[in-house]
Amino acid sequence: MKTGIVVFPGTWSDRDCAHALLDVLGEPVRYVDYRERDLDDLSLVILPGGFSYGDYLRCGAIARFTPVMEAVAGFANRGGLVLGICNGFQILQEARLLPGALLRNASCEFRCEWVHLRVEQSDSAFTVDCRPGQVLRIPISHGEGNFFADVQTLQSLEANGQVVFRYCAPNGRITADANPNGSLGNIAGISNARGNVVGMMPHPERACEALLGGEDGLAIFRSAIHALSRVPA
Amino acid sequence: MIYRAEVFVTLKPVVNDPAGLTIRGGLHTLGFDSVREVRAGKYLVITLDEPDEAQARLRIEDMARQLLANEVIEDFRIEVQPELVAITSGQGGGPS
Repeated sequence: MKTGIVVFPGTWSDRDCAHALLDVLGEPVRYVDYRERDLDDLSLVILPGGFSYGDYLRCGAIARFTPVMEAVAGFANRGGLVLGICNGFQILQEARLLPGALLRNASCEFRCEWVHLRVEQSDSAFTVDCRPGQVLRIPISHGEGNFFADVQTLQSLEANGQVVFRYCAPNGRITADANPNGSLGNIAGISNARGNVVGMMPHPERACEALLGGEDGLAIFRSAIHALSRVPA
Repeated sequence: MIYRAEVFVTLKPVVNDPAGLTIRGGLHTLGFDSVREVRAGKYLVITLDEPDEAQARLRIEDMARQLLANEVIEDFRIEVQPELVAITSGQGGGPS
């Protein structure tokens, strides 16, 4: 398997993602320029965090129209694994590959801190190595991560098990205090119906080494690696 | 024909507006006690060359739906009018 890490003008977490996959997990990676259209050599595509196009107009609104996003949509429709982290999550929503939107944090503050996430389901490609209820400690770093969806969309996400992560207390309880940005239902990450596209605000690539404060993020990348190895030939 | 379009993008009424709430708090601090609600949004001015006003409006609506607004969370309102071209005087003319 090879992982593609998409780089838009203003992406900032691409090297952290490459470091986690290549240096920590020993998985081959390559950077994918936003003007590229061919992803055929890849089995996993990551849209990393950052401020693509300066976050002008709306986070992810301009990046969504780049050539590579057309290719990412095709890749996702063919069942390829796509992970959007932070700004990558915002781009996936703007591209309508994931439902809902991410509003400005309720506090109006940029939040850069470690949070706890409860894994809500282990059906998505990025949580197959986790068990439902497992608590992961992973940092966030965003000003606009306040998950919103209309009532109908929210109900269907919940009913279909598409809520992948929720902000929680260290003991796994879903509390208002554990919600860093005002997200509806404490939602920190969701998947599409098929489970091959996941978006999350926290940064698993920054939690892959004990030296850097924790390695719970590895579970997410390892899940993708295992999900890919399970695919029948 | 040059038209000038103004596009007002606002969060849908059901969407919480943290910026608007913060601005309201600031106004209350300043003593503007009568303020009930503040909604913050975006204001864009676009000039474009189209054969007539109806066509200009259609194009702007298309832009708003595709890019300027995210209809998951935002509404938009458009106003279009012919661009008032400044009357330029000849070289050396005009008041000095």
